[in-house]
This record gives sequence, C-alpha cells and structure tokens, in this order.
Amino acid sequence: MQFGIFTIGDITTDPTTGETPTENARIKATVEMAKHAEDAGFDVFATGQHHNPPFVAPGNPPTLLAYLAAQTERIILSTATTLITTMDPVRLAEDYGYLQHLADGRVDLTLGRGNTGPVYPWFGKDIRSGIQLAVENYNLLYRLWREENVDWQGQFRTPLNNFTVTPRPLDDVAPFVWHGSIRSPEIAEQAAYYGDGFFHNNIFWNKEHVVQMVRLYRQRYEYYGHGKAHQAYVALGGQAFMHKNSQEAVRQFRPYFDNAPVYGHGPSLEDFSKMTPLTVGSPQQVIDRTLEFREWVGDYQRQMFLIDHAGLPQKTVLEQIDMFGEHVLPVLREEFAKNRPADVPEAPTHEFLVERARRGEAPVAGGREGSRAWQDAQERLEKLEAAAAAQGGN
Amino acid sequence: MDYDAAFENTDPFTPEARHIAVVSGGLGDPSQSRMLADRLAEATTEALSRSGVVPEVHVIELRLLATAISDALIAHNNSPALQDAIDQVLQADGVIAVTPTFKASYSGLFKSFWDLIDEEEFAGTPVLLGATGGTARHSLIIDQAMRPLFAYLKAVTAPVSVFATSDDWGEAQGAAESTKTEPIHVRIASAGESLAALLEGRPSRPRRKTSAADELEVIPFEQLLNG
Repeated sequence: MQFGIFTIGDITTDPTTGETPTENARIKATVEMAKHAEDAGFDVFATGQHHNPPFVAPGNPPTLLAYLAAQTERIILSTATTLITTMDPVRLAEDYGYLQHLADGRVDLTLGRGNTGPVYPWFGKDIRSGIQLAVENYNLLYRLWREENVDWQGQFRTPLNNFTVTPRPLDDVAPFVWHGSIRSPEIAEQAAYYGDGFFHNNIFWNKEHVVQMVRLYRQRYEYYGHGKAHQAYVALGGQAFMHKNSQEAVRQFRPYFDNAPVYGHGPSLEDFSKMTPLTVGSPQQVIDRTLEFREWVGDYQRQMFLIDHAGLPQKTVLEQIDMFGEHVLPVLREEFAKNRPADVPEAPTHEFLVERARRGEAPVAGGREGSRAWQDAQERLEKLEAAAAAQGGN
Repeated sequence: MDYDAAFENTDPFTPEARHIAVVSGGLGDPSQSRMLADRLAEATTEALSRSGVVPEVHVIELRLLATAISDALIAHNNSPALQDAIDQVLQADGVIAVTPTFKASYSGLFKSFWDLIDEEEFAGTPVLLGATGGTARHSLIIDQAMRPLFAYLKAVTAPVSVFATSDDWGEAQGAAESTKTEPIHVRIASAGESLAALLEGRPSRPRRKTSAADELEVIPFEQLLNG
C-alpha cells in the first residue's frame, strides 16, 4: 500500500490572517512540502497540472517533478492529473520519458481530462470531444512508449510517419499510468482495457460514485484478462485536517472550510464530512475513516491525501505532514496489511514493471489470448466471416 | 377519496405496479401546490385502479430538500434524502410535477431540482404538469414555462394539465359545491386519466435499488477507440 500527498497549488487567502501567498512563495512551498513528505515517510508526491489562476500547479508537471527528482531519494513522483485532453501525446511521451530517466524510474502518471472548461479552447480543443480526446491521445501515447517507428493517423493531431519518440522509456518499460475519473465509465473502461490503474479522486463526491466506478473498472479488468477483479490497481483520494484533540481540529479548520473556494458557502463542515472523505479530527479518526475506504472498494494500492488547500499556512501544512508520518501512516500500513489476500498486488514500481516485462507478463491491451474479451472478439470475427461467406455464396 | 381507498379498489395480486413520483415545489405548509399535487395523484391512482393497475405513490416535497438542493448545485454532493428523491424520480413510471407561479414562471427551487436530473436517464418518462398561482392571469405558466423545461428533459407530457388559483378552491355553497369549485375537480379527474392512460400504455419500469447498487453501462473500448 502506498500513501501520498497531492496538491493543486491553489492560491487562497488565509481567512484567519488575510494573508495571500505570492506565486513564488507557493511554488517554493510545494517543493518544501514534497521533500518534507519524503522525510515523513510518504511514498508518493503528486502535483496537479493547471493553466489558470488561482492555481500554481505547473502547466507541465515534469518541470517541477524533475527538480524534485534531484532533491529527493526515494519518494515516487506522480501527477494529479496530467491533462491527456489538451496535451500533445508526443510531448507527453517525450517529457515524461525524459523525467523517468532523470528520476531513475521513480515516476508514474495519473491522467485526467481536466475540469475547467476554458482550458480546452486555449489549446485549440473542444470540450465536447473530451472523452474522444482522452481515448485517442492515450492510445497514441501508449504506442509511442512501446513501439519504435510509429505510423499513426487520428482525428486530433497531425499524422506521424515512421516516428520514434526519444528518449526511449527507461529499461524499455513505460511509466505506470493511472486513469483518473470521477464519473465517466468510459475512463474506467479505458483503464481496464490497457491493464492500467484506476484513480478515483473522491474528495468532493459521494461514495456511491466511488463504489460504482471502481466496481466497473474491476469487472472489466478481469474481462480483459489482466487478472482477477480484486487484483486490479485502484487508487483513491481523500483529505484531512488533524489535531490531537478532535474538537480543536474542527475549531481550527472551520474558518478555512467556510471560506475556501472549493468548499465554502455550501454544505456545512459536518454535512460535507459525512458525504465525502473529508475528515477533520484526531489522527485516530483519520485512521478509522481511511480504513473504511477498503470496505467501499476492496483492498487497494494507493491512497492520496490533499492537505495543503483552502489557504492553510505552510507551517500548518508541514505540521500535518509530520502528524501523518508519526501517528497515521504506521497504523494505516499495519491495518491495511491485515487480512489482505496474498494475491492482491502492491502498487506498481519501476522495478516491479521491469520484472513483470521480463517474465513476459505485461498486460496486453484489449486482452491476452484466451481472455473473455479475446474470446468475444474471436466470436465476432467468426460471425462476420460466416456472414461474408454466406453473401459470397449468393 | 384518499390513497387507502384507491388501493382498496385495486387487485393486490397485480404484479406490475406503477410507481408515481409526485414532485411538489410548494414552499408553504400547508401549500396549495402540495394540495393540487395530492389531488392529481388521487385522480391518477383512481384512474389506474379502475383498470386494475396497482399504483404506488412517492411524494417529494422540495421545500424539505431546499438546503440539500442548493448544496448539491455548488458542491456536487447529494444528501441521502436528496439522492432518494432523485432515485424516485429516475425510476418512476410516471411523474406528477407541480410548482407555484413565481414572477410568471416556475419557482427557482423547482427549477434547481430539475437541474439535478440527468435528462438522458429521465428521457421518455410520462409527466403530468400542474401549477398554482394567485390569479388566472398566470395560467399560461404551464404552456409557456413548464412544457419547454420538460421538453428539454425529453419527458412525455400528458396533454391535459391543471392550473389552479385560490379562487378554484373556493367555498362550497350549502351542501353543494359552488360553480366556482366544480370545474377544477373535472379538470383534475381528466388530468389524472390522461396520465393513467400514458402509464397503462407502457410496461412498468424495472425498479432499481439505490444508486450505490447501480451498475454502470459499459461501452466496449474497441468501440470508443474506433470513434
């Protein structure tokens, strides 16, 4: 089980002091946060990708992640999310491939479509084609990382003839990809088709969405023959604010919650905490809540926490990271390990992917020979051939 | 005539019950809109019962969901009570929708509720429309405001609808109903029959449990890939 923190780099005025961090301060704070998370024992740091204020998450995450790769030793660097809709897949293949080399494989990606409408036209795209863009662009990215001399033609980008992306992926193994979506079944299906991971960022959403989407992804993962449903790779989001005294946690966090652009002026802190994973309370409450997620989705591989939002000062954010490291992560690791079936895989690392490829067990997109998806495709083919033969006979 | 009496007239062994979600946008308690909604529900269940169809009525008072509806609009999450209401509407065989008239149109609360309904899932649902207002001058609200909304939602609206003003609920004269109040009963009965006719002409919809138990529809990836 991997635990991580993820940030969208929102610049929000601290409602208790009226202070607003500068872009420079927030960017430097992000770096400090990632390094602090590694020291505290987190496994993953992920940054969002943003193109508009009030966010200073990078427009191209490898810029930040490469810098972090040089300053950290162990922590996996990831995204939340990489916008697969508005980015050119060729640039994604190049930039993340290069990053993968610099970071010695400590890299994976979470793909998302992005949720701010204006971004699409800035990059010459149409939001109404969001799903199609995600499907076509990822298919190209997938091929660029696995094939040399790619000939390709699609709907959204200029064709490629005999194109080889450089550098080639480290050890000839592409970075692991998580597909993020809250409620588009197409994306859960996409993750299952390729045998990739599925990330449900449930931080603002009712648990029904989480349960539905993860169930669909797991069923289809098995259908495509990559393993059993319970072996599919699932990651979840979550957010928390802690104090050793739970009333004090609520007292301290309430002004931030009430005024935050993403929360404020809507449901009360109490209602929001009931409906979504937001947990404000003691470390024990955060532990109990997080363990509940397993009851929703089964044993899973990665849990991400959002902790640096709503205008919380950097000092507080670092204290939260320390509390996680000291009181929460050790207990969660121990509890999640209990009763975990031995055949549920850990979250993929570069070393794991290299080993898997050497054993010839890398997932086959669309289903390996003998899978149910493969059998269904065979049957469809036979029917088509039979129909063609019948027509030829007339 | 109340619901219990309506059920007595029906065959309890008829397996194909029809579920009717009654959405009342009335803000007061008691409310004229709720009163009209109840009457329309009675008229519909009575007409269904005469044909041997078992009606099941689920009343949704938007007034009680007002905070949850506004929360859901800005924060994407539905309270359990609101989610129940949405589920009832999405799996109903028919819907009775009644709003008070505000500034020549439906109330903002009424519209906000329908803003939370997925038109793809709602498409094809028979809907009986009703509205209440202070004076007859507002009587075009149904045709000029409500029908376009439900046309957008791809609902099948019943041809008869009922607009009621305070005058329509006027006093009885002696033991008999006055000429003022009698016509609305005729209109309500006729409206109920028109919805019942739509429901009888269709098979009952399969009931789903809760949204958590919903299975999502899969579009096979090869199909997505081939556009």
